[in-house]
Amino acid sequence: MEDTPVLSLSQVSKAFGAVRAVREVSLDLYAGEAHALAGENGAGKSTLVKILSGVHQPDAGRILLDGEPVEFGGPANAQQAGVAVIYQEPTLFPDLSVMENIFMGRQPRSRFGIDRRAMRTAAAELFARLGVQLEPDRPARGLSIADQQLVEIAKALSRQARVLIMDEPTAALSGKEVARLFGVAEALRGQGCALLFISHRLEEIFKLCQRVTVLRDGGFVASHPIADITPDDLVRRMVGRELESLFPKQETDTGEVALSVRRLTREGIFTDVSFEVRRGEIVALAGLVGAGRSEVARAVFGIDRWDAGSVEVDGRRLRPASPTAAMAAGLALVPEDRRQQGLVMDLSIERNIGLAGLAALHKGPLISRPAERERARDWAVRLRLKFARLTDPVNVLSGGNQQKVVLAKWLARRPSVLIVDEPTRGIDVATKAEVHRLLSELAGSGVAVLMISSELPEVLGMADRVLVMHEGRLVAELDRAAATEESVMAAATGRSVT
Amino acid sequence: MTATATKTETVRRNGGRRLVDRVARVRELGIVVALAALFGVTGAVNPSFLTYGSLRDILLNSSIVALLAVGQTLVVITRNVDLSVSSVVGLSAFGGALILADHPGVPIPVVIAGCVLLGAACGAVNGLLVGAAKVPALVATLGTLYAFRGIDYAWAGGRQVNAADMPEGFLSLGTRSVLGVPLPALVALAVLLVVGWMLRNFRSGRELYAIGSHPEAAVLAGIRVRRRIIAAFVANGALAGLAGVMWAARFGTVDATVATGKELDVIAAVVVGGVAIFGGSGTVYGAALGALLLASITSALAVLRVDALAQTAINGALLIAAIVLDRLLALRVAAALRRRRFHDDH
Repeated sequence: MEDTPVLSLSQVSKAFGAVRAVREVSLDLYAGEAHALAGENGAGKSTLVKILSGVHQPDAGRILLDGEPVEFGGPANAQQAGVAVIYQEPTLFPDLSVMENIFMGRQPRSRFGIDRRAMRTAAAELFARLGVQLEPDRPARGLSIADQQLVEIAKALSRQARVLIMDEPTAALSGKEVARLFGVAEALRGQGCALLFISHRLEEIFKLCQRVTVLRDGGFVASHPIADITPDDLVRRMVGRELESLFPKQETDTGEVALSVRRLTREGIFTDVSFEVRRGEIVALAGLVGAGRSEVARAVFGIDRWDAGSVEVDGRRLRPASPTAAMAAGLALVPEDRRQQGLVMDLSIERNIGLAGLAALHKGPLISRPAERERARDWAVRLRLKFARLTDPVNVLSGGNQQKVVLAKWLARRPSVLIVDEPTRGIDVATKAEVHRLLSELAGSGVAVLMISSELPEVLGMADRVLVMHEGRLVAELDRAAATEESVMAAATGRSVT
Repeated sequence: MTATATKTETVRRNGGRRLVDRVARVRELGIVVALAALFGVTGAVNPSFLTYGSLRDILLNSSIVALLAVGQTLVVITRNVDLSVSSVVGLSAFGGALILADHPGVPIPVVIAGCVLLGAACGAVNGLLVGAAKVPALVATLGTLYAFRGIDYAWAGGRQVNAADMPEGFLSLGTRSVLGVPLPALVALAVLLVVGWMLRNFRSGRELYAIGSHPEAAVLAGIRVRRRIIAAFVANGALAGLAGVMWAARFGTVDATVATGKELDVIAAVVVGGVAIFGGSGTVYGAALGALLLASITSALAVLRVDALAQTAINGALLIAAIVLDRLLALRVAAALRRRRFHDDH
């Protein structure tokens, strides 16, 4: 590994206004090496990726390609240099076919313009190489996240990318899909591609990568061969302090049934789903992405209507398809996608926190600003929110802190049943632990918690009971003792006999 | 076992291709069916609707809007809109007529080229406002809608150019027929085919769809979004300039109010033609068919002696029906794609 890195950053800095997102960071990517970029949310990882991909231009420092300084004026330059990026958010064109997504701007041409037949063949060849079955002609709309990422990888392959950057590619994938992605990544590395891998899941970093660079608060902390460091060391470097235990669910006495779902069915989405959640209990809803878990949550909360069955909160039947009724009955839903569904990104922290409980903030016909501020301050302190001013828009906060704002918004209503959908997705380790502590405390205070999660350690660590869904059906209910990685995965992949 | 698997695989692939193709075609086929039904019913009630003269009038009446709809599609596909086209048409029509009336020596092709360039310049203003200054297209082109019309008014100063002031050779361009088809309709058809082909077979054409389908992703994909958007507005402006000359040649009488309000007809044609108003999908063929359908309805309603006032309401109802149809189709396709993914897992 003593040869010249394919791509490297040397003492790179980038500021946005007064915020110094990245300070004097150096990074060397070698051919045939998988390099992990670790750090909490807000550590500067995404900014670094955007510098490497030409989206942002560094204020200081240099980018070196094969040891020669280069400037990436825009994404097109970086692509020409052989840098391909798989972003956290899908970046496909939903209206265009899969093959056009792969070859956009580089479509094979014949004398009469774009040669669709050649493009179709080339796309099919790429998919064959990746071992996936995707139709080159289908539109990208409706593809699962896993398939979208495969299309992105096919794009990188077709460009013969020398550097492949993956920014949290596994956040929304199931175990099987992660394995497939890693298989492809390994193969690429074997062919001499340099990989830069970002993930909050430490086990993945240790599985895939040979080297790790740690960032903290925009600054460079350390760069190690992965063999020289333990997961605990890595976490300590990332946070800069010792962590409390990751999954601190405390034992609590369970009380009355707070949420009771009976034979709930929504045609073609989920079928005959029945379960109960008691006060003081955390029930996890596990399963693969696409098993219908979020859809059940949406129906229970009244966002989607259901075709058969019933939902009761504290013994009272809920009016179907009415979030207003669900909220009045004491339900709260922290959705999966906080940017799209959980928050109004341009509104201030205090406004977002006040949003779900405006009725309580009224003084006569008008909303009382002092009351709104008071409530926001109160919850911000309780959830240890890190912020500059309550009037800052939530989009300046890191992912973990945004999630705290969503939680605060719902907790301020003092719900009796809290449904959280992927509560720690894309959140750094320290905040994750805080969210877990919080959920545990809530259960301790008598709230019934239904937690949808794709992260097995979280499910196993937090839940009193685990419900497993597979293809729209509830296929298993496991108590704490019976829930193991094997039993949950077996049920989630449809291998168990309940 | 393997044989069956391969077979299902092939079936599914073809099925997928067919589905997508079918939806794309169905959308334009729907307009053709609507046109056929309209001509059938109206012709049955009043056979004079199907005479050569009547059909020729419909073609003439729709060709200017069709030309503008083709241009507008270029802009709408990128998730933008150009409301100022009617003012560009007005400016170009008046400018062209004025030159022809006051400087009879200028050759007609030069006048036409000048009008197209004038339109392109107006389009460049829109394109720079939207692409470079990042003003939302709705606001930017609403502004230029008034601004261009204002320039037109100031330039005209109340003057009207009449047919008698313009050379006969120019006016005949608006009414002459080649092989029985009016020349303006042939021009619109030629533009339609060229633009349609470019959108489908040029990389830049596909990039317009990409930009409208997901603007942020287009930036990340290295597409020069700003340049493409400006180009779309310039092309649309140039076509509006061409439409302006056609207007002057066809109607002969030109003042500063020419084409006022036409922008809404154009956008209606585009939407009826199945071009998604939020960009990313639709074809110029659909948009041109939409223009033809709207013009045909207007003529049919006149033949059927429907109150002229009711015609506007009927056009509106048609527009809404088209949008509802698109929405339903989109939902059907999305559901079908989701189902296919489900099967793919096994």
